[in-house]
Amino acid sequence: MNTIIESIKKEYDNHILEVSTSQNETYLTVKKEIIVKMCDHIYHHLDIPLVCIFATDERKKEGFFKVHYVFSVDREDAFIILRIDIDGKNPGYPSITNKVAAANWYEREIQDLFGLIPVGHPDPRRLINFEDWPAGIHPLRKDFDIKTKPPRVEGEYVYRRVEGEGVYEIPVGPVHAGVIEPGHFRFSVAGEPIINLEIRHFYTHKGVEKLFENISLDKAVFLAERISGDNSVAHAVAFCQAMEKIAGMDIPPRAKHVRTILLELERIYNHIGDIAGIATDVAFSFGAAHANKLKEDVLQLNERITGSRLLRGMNTIGGVRRDIGSSKDEILLNLSIIHRDFRKLMELLFSTPSLMDRIETTGRIYNDIAKGLHVVGPVGRASGIDRDTRRDHPYAAYKEFNFKVPVSKAGDVHARTVVRGDEICESIALIEQALWSLPEGDISIKADDIPDGSALGYCESPRGETIYWIRTCGNKIERCKVRDPSFCNWLSIEYAVLDNIVPDFPIINKSLSLSYSGNDM
Amino acid sequence: MTVEDEIEIMGQRLNDKIRKIYGRSLHIREVDAGSCNACEVEVNSLSNPIYDIERFGLHIVASPRHADMLLVTGPVTRNMELALLKTYNATPAPKLVAAMGSCACNGGIFGDTYASMGGVDKIIPVDVYIPGCPPRPQAVIFGLMVAIGKLEQKISKTEVKS
Ligand code: SF4
Repeated sequence: MNTIIESIKKEYDNHILEVSTSQNETYLTVKKEIIVKMCDHIYHHLDIPLVCIFATDERKKEGFFKVHYVFSVDREDAFIILRIDIDGKNPGYPSITNKVAAANWYEREIQDLFGLIPVGHPDPRRLINFEDWPAGIHPLRKDFDIKTKPPRVEGEYVYRRVEGEGVYEIPVGPVHAGVIEPGHFRFSVAGEPIINLEIRHFYTHKGVEKLFENISLDKAVFLAERISGDNSVAHAVAFCQAMEKIAGMDIPPRAKHVRTILLELERIYNHIGDIAGIATDVAFSFGAAHANKLKEDVLQLNERITGSRLLRGMNTIGGVRRDIGSSKDEILLNLSIIHRDFRKLMELLFSTPSLMDRIETTGRIYNDIAKGLHVVGPVGRASGIDRDTRRDHPYAAYKEFNFKVPVSKAGDVHARTVVRGDEICESIALIEQALWSLPEGDISIKADDIPDGSALGYCESPRGETIYWIRTCGNKIERCKVRDPSFCNWLSIEYAVLDNIVPDFPIINKSLSLSYSGNDM
Repeated sequence: MTVEDEIEIMGQRLNDKIRKIYGRSLHIREVDAGSCNACEVEVNSLSNPIYDIERFGLHIVASPRHADMLLVTGPVTRNMELALLKTYNATPAPKLVAAMGSCACNGGIFGDTYASMGGVDKIIPVDVYIPGCPPRPQAVIFGLMVAIGKLEQKISKTEVKS
């Protein structure tokens, strides 16, 4: 880590204003004129991925807004965070999107929520505030009261237009035909193949980040669980880990094991659900029924051991709230049955020609696109991006266990299905290891007061890398940035569908397994 | 009692009601007005082979124009308000609305903020509230049963009036 920091320092010495380190996070405050060059250097030259950009409103204390660029040094379990100061009276700062495509939505998000303007952004349209939101009002600024209800105003959202002979548009959503979340898709089609797709989201924007600043700490874990409901455990763990890091707490080993088990149970039911969805969307009802029954088996197991089908209410700052040690035999027995049935299911699916025909070569995301957009999780791994937070930034009890990270190069729906299938088997093995080596002792430590401070929390949810950055002050949350994996992955769908036919869109969408709520928050 | 037994008993009661009031089946359109997606997980569970609500005459349909009932989840977000209203207006009367989950009942943890309007009844009339976060599939089936009873009342009231 030091060598990387030293090399950056050497290169940009007179542009760096301040360096500070806390645990595995190194903060560099730099001049805003140099930010494009530095991000470009770190991202492309040093090959360190940019995992999050967020802003904070520190006008009260320091007189500035700040924008933070978080880079993840995977090989060394460390993070580099670049910081720039932005004066409220002159809210422009250089956009890095032209150099680092992954910055696209972050900069537009910051523009809407903080009113800081990324100068030179190739697509500066609104993202979260819809066209009927009045100009000049930015909800994450500290002087905006959460209860304010700005009036609706006239406005128009302009979609990209594709023109030409025989080209027509298909608008879909926000209310869809299936039981899924709301979002808008606009296809431009010539005959059957899709030649352009533009997505428009943030229909489910619920003001979560602002809410964090307005609720008590004991409620905050519950809010984290409700950011993306099917990834409740992952969000809760990432949140709690950030808080524990601020408080300098080391939670009991037994709690770490329990968290690991919960996280893997969550991965199993999500991945099986995604596989079921693909079978449904290719109209292979028999396979889908099998997969859905298996998912239900896991949900019922969840309920028996934790009281919640979606494993909610288990995590707390300082550990877990309920011991699952006494259910050890039940979990092991059920998992072995689920494992057996799951292997049969995969054999069935992969030996069904009508299914294989629909998923092979469908919805390709090539490695360079995936890398450029910073696609994470199983979708990224199916496109050859060998990253997994559990291995690269170990948390909970992952350091103690052996597990493989399945990777594929093909990048199509088939590859994503294979990666998920292999991950389920790894997850089952992980739970077995965690149960066999479950340490004795407490499941939580008391956490009454959280000192003032800030830290990153991170976790590999079933969808991929989930990141929290929290700053506390006076036992309250002053800022909580949440970056759900779907926020990174959504844009990849615009590439995945190109040259595919419209009827394959649902399959591609399902194989990417994207959360609207986690994205919109 | 196992989950399967519970469902069998409740399902039969539901089926009888649906037969009595709707002739054969009840068509439901699910609308996510801003949920966290866990409510959707449970709505989807209703169709899995364990609950399989189709066998009791409940169909989840693709368009509000085919629906007798809207099953609405989530607090209504500012950005979904219009879409929810349009969906409600597209549903033929007499229609039922079930608010599913704590959020749909009263805004839940998301409350009433710049981005969330609160419960579904702030925007459209609600006939039945199904609490839970998310409600278990059994609770949803029970809630649907209560909703159908309401329709019985609604119909008999209009008959008395006319
Ligand atoms: S009621 Fe609970 S599960 Fe349903 S949308 Fe609200 S937070 Fe999610």
